[in-house]
Amino acid sequence: MVPFAYTAAPAAEAAIARAAGSGAEYIAGGTDMLQLLQEGVRSPRELIDIGALPWKSIDVSPDALRIGALVNMADLADDPRVKERCPVVSEALLASASPQVRNMATIGGNLLQRTRCLYFRDTATPCNKRAPGSGCPARDGQNRMNAILGGSAHCIAAYPGDLAVALVALEAEVEILGPRGQRTVPVEQLHRLPGESPDVETVLVRGELISAVVLPERPFARQSHYLKVRDRASFEFALASAAVALETENGIIKAARVAVGGVATKPWRLAEVEQALAGERLDAPTIHAAAERAGAGADPRPGNAFKLELMRRTVERALLAVGGVA
Amino acid sequence: MSMVIGEPVSRVDGPAKVTGAAKYAAEFDLGGVTHAALVLSTIPKGRIASIRIAEAERAPGVSAVITHRNAPRLPYNKMEQPPPVDPKSGDQLRVFQDATVHFSGQPIAVVVAETREQAEAAAALVKVRYTADHGDTNFDAARGRPPSEATAKGGRPGETRRGDADRALAAAAVKVDATYVQAREHHNAMEPHATIAVWSGDHLTLYDKTQWVDNDRDEIAHVFGIPATNIRVISPYVGGAFGSALRTWPHVTIAALAARQVRRPVRIELTRRELYSSIGFRPHTEQRVALGADRDGKLTAIIDEAAAQTSSYEEYAERTLDPARMAYSCANVRTRYRLVEMTTNSPCPMRAPGMVTGVLALEMAMDELAAALRMDPVELRLRNYSDRDEHKNLPWSSKELRACYETAAARFGWQAGARQPRSRRDGRLLVGHGMATALYPGERSPATASATLYANGTAVVRSAASDMGPGTYTSMTQVAAETLGLPLAQVQFELGDTSLPKAPVHGGSITMASVGCAVQAACQAVKDKVRQLGGGAEDGLDYAALLRRTNLDHIDATAEAKPGDEEEKLSTYAFGAVFADVRVDPDLGRVEVRRLVGAYDVGRVVNPKIARSQCIGGMVGGIGMALLEQAEWDERFGRVMNGNLAEYLVPVAADVGELDVTFVPSDDRQFNPLGVKGVAELGLCGVAPAIVNAIYDATGVRLRQVPVTTDRMLEALVAAG
Repeated sequence: MVPFAYTAAPAAEAAIARAAGSGAEYIAGGTDMLQLLQEGVRSPRELIDIGALPWKSIDVSPDALRIGALVNMADLADDPRVKERCPVVSEALLASASPQVRNMATIGGNLLQRTRCLYFRDTATPCNKRAPGSGCPARDGQNRMNAILGGSAHCIAAYPGDLAVALVALEAEVEILGPRGQRTVPVEQLHRLPGESPDVETVLVRGELISAVVLPERPFARQSHYLKVRDRASFEFALASAAVALETENGIIKAARVAVGGVATKPWRLAEVEQALAGERLDAPTIHAAAERAGAGADPRPGNAFKLELMRRTVERALLAVGGVA
Repeated sequence: MSMVIGEPVSRVDGPAKVTGAAKYAAEFDLGGVTHAALVLSTIPKGRIASIRIAEAERAPGVSAVITHRNAPRLPYNKMEQPPPVDPKSGDQLRVFQDATVHFSGQPIAVVVAETREQAEAAAALVKVRYTADHGDTNFDAARGRPPSEATAKGGRPGETRRGDADRALAAAAVKVDATYVQAREHHNAMEPHATIAVWSGDHLTLYDKTQWVDNDRDEIAHVFGIPATNIRVISPYVGGAFGSALRTWPHVTIAALAARQVRRPVRIELTRRELYSSIGFRPHTEQRVALGADRDGKLTAIIDEAAAQTSSYEEYAERTLDPARMAYSCANVRTRYRLVEMTTNSPCPMRAPGMVTGVLALEMAMDELAAALRMDPVELRLRNYSDRDEHKNLPWSSKELRACYETAAARFGWQAGARQPRSRRDGRLLVGHGMATALYPGERSPATASATLYANGTAVVRSAASDMGPGTYTSMTQVAAETLGLPLAQVQFELGDTSLPKAPVHGGSITMASVGCAVQAACQAVKDKVRQLGGGAEDGLDYAALLRRTNLDHIDATAEAKPGDEEEKLSTYAFGAVFADVRVDPDLGRVEVRRLVGAYDVGRVVNPKIARSQCIGGMVGGIGMALLEQAEWDERFGRVMNGNLAEYLVPVAADVGELDVTFVPSDDRQFNPLGVKGVAELGLCGVAPAIVNAIYDATGVRLRQVPVTTDRMLEALVAAG
């Protein structure tokens, strides 16, 4: 760890002004940042602690659930309103990390968690995300945990989080505060594809902060589910995960939302699967046929080719579960 | 009269550990301590062309930057008798003595500063240029060579044969022949390796994480060319080691070297990632096992050919082939051992080194043979039960393996008969039951202990042993209390200090058979003295009254206990049987271990509570070996890429089902006066093959490479349709 300056921000405006000017980094729960600092993956000169900002409430209105960015993962997972209105969010959070980490980590920080690509985390190797232009050894290296969707010649690092996958399925948005004021962005558009600049991971610009997550009331949110497949039963990132939500009427699927994690460079919505479900009868053959369509455009590497099949089966199992289909 | 041997006494060091009072190596607060950070090589092989340290030297708080360019030449004197924990041939890594890079992650410089963070920041400023050479970073069994003469003499020969196994295999009515792969595993003890080195004139004190203080002292004495008597090693608590703290690693030398240079105490604590290259690991091993049998299941041929990785600078070899040679009765046995040199740091012992690897392959092959014979896997083992060690051609000192099979099978609810793979379901999940034999040699080394009786009625017993977790503090206190006839609370056991009576290595599950017998002997010796002083010969006598009467403030005695010629007359092994109940998700490839049942013959059990702890710890380690643990190696960089606890997976509580441990009646006084055989290593053996055999029973699919990760399981299920 390289020594750095530390400032506790009393107010958002001051924090933003300081970060926009100096290029300082923000820290909230610190559960990911500390690992990055300890391993020398990042060495900011200054950290601005936003932990004291007043963004810690969960507010309910008839048409939305608004979650402050500094609500911790444990509190959001346990909130009865969240469990009732959008179980996929609670389930995704409970499948993340460990209880200790969930008590510390914030919702905003969780969305911005950095990849677990082995090469990004080991400073002795090249990595276009960590050291732009140095190369991507993951493409031909240990890439069992890497992405099969959304990658480029420059990067196949998987987006590691669970919550964002659930939020994408529910068409959630993030409120962003920055030097130019406030804006709102769909979670699906928060993360960028790596393309030629994998070091630029989100649409956030210097000084910008996520201040809240907004979950609009959607008819499919109440019938939603998160399934995460991993080698270890707890405290591990997904090999493949699926966030699914259904709106059904008389055994017919009116609307479906399906997003996957652990397999793509960003939280990945499977429009092809959603389309195959919409308007169809809710039964096992429909679900199987729809899940088979998952992964259009996938570009697996030898070490992670299993993920295509695993993703389809994970989506299928999640849909069977949420639809109550035996 | 206190009978405490055999009682489930709670750990006497438990309160100190849970309150934080127990001091681990890095935690000694000595005042004036400076902090070291390492610079590690980032190429697998070559030379350091240049190393620029000026910027690092100018960084805040830095007191020294030591590289091969400015380090003093250290004598590195050869030890007359290389310790058993070091490889039999090759040379240990010499720190900062030349520009050679032997592997990626090798320490090539150290920065000493006022704080750990300053040292790390300065270390990042050291600029290194390399001239790279080609390194053998891939594992290719074809590159394997026979072990050297020294290694062969040390019990790891390149070839052994009994009868004619190849001819017998060719003629066998039923045979199986396959290759089994064990992944490179890392110890990942909770406590990272750490050393604080303090010089006072030409005397050195090391606060170190070690399983053997005496050897730590001797090795450093030879490295620096100073008398061993000038060095004291202190290591009262070890936060897990699994073999990783048997040897004296380069960072210990670095701490001592740096402390001498800056003339202040230096503390070095390896990071988790550094632990993947700065200590050792369990080597990647591939084994071809071929078994031949007649139609009744009697083994007629066993062939085991192993190839294991070692480093380019040391020849690390294991007893991988011992199980094939002695586990079962068979007239025709051939083994072959090859070592594959790689550009990596050297492997080292890790819990049940070699044995667990050999048992894994042999027991998976036995399961395949049982399937080929359509025979109950337990019955197959009973039909080949060995009544003597056919490799050494010696009788067993004790063997209660039959009772282990019977007890574990009964507790498990094993259904006799041939397996019917993929025949049981639990909802969506496939149910599988599997079993394996466990075995580990019982060994014993000379050990010394002292016992002192004080006028206040207490006793202190001392030996330079270690307690890396198996409960040495507690079990030795029990042996002493029982021998002296004192209540447990009046007896204290001290260990982990070279100023105490000499002890052997705390490894190989030998501690109770070695140090335990010395403790017993020292306590008997002090009782003899009491007797001579007229204290009578009865147990439970009032030592305090005797001391008062004789005007002594204490009475003490020191005794050595050592093996006689039993080893030439008898073969000693601890045995066990492990049964596994698994669930496999046929769609997603996930495997869950619902239940493990083990029954063990470990000789006499000094403390069933702590012994059970050892066995359930072994079961959890076995789940890791079967399903999770593997170093993800990149041949281009010669590096372990998943060098942290988020990506190198060890089991968490949610991975562990019900664990059931039973010790069958056993008492091996032919092996040693306490009748113990050793527990810790045995507890890991047999677990992984029982799980993998259960996976076969569940799915009908054979996986011959561990760990059986989700992707491997899924791909095998998909391939099998």
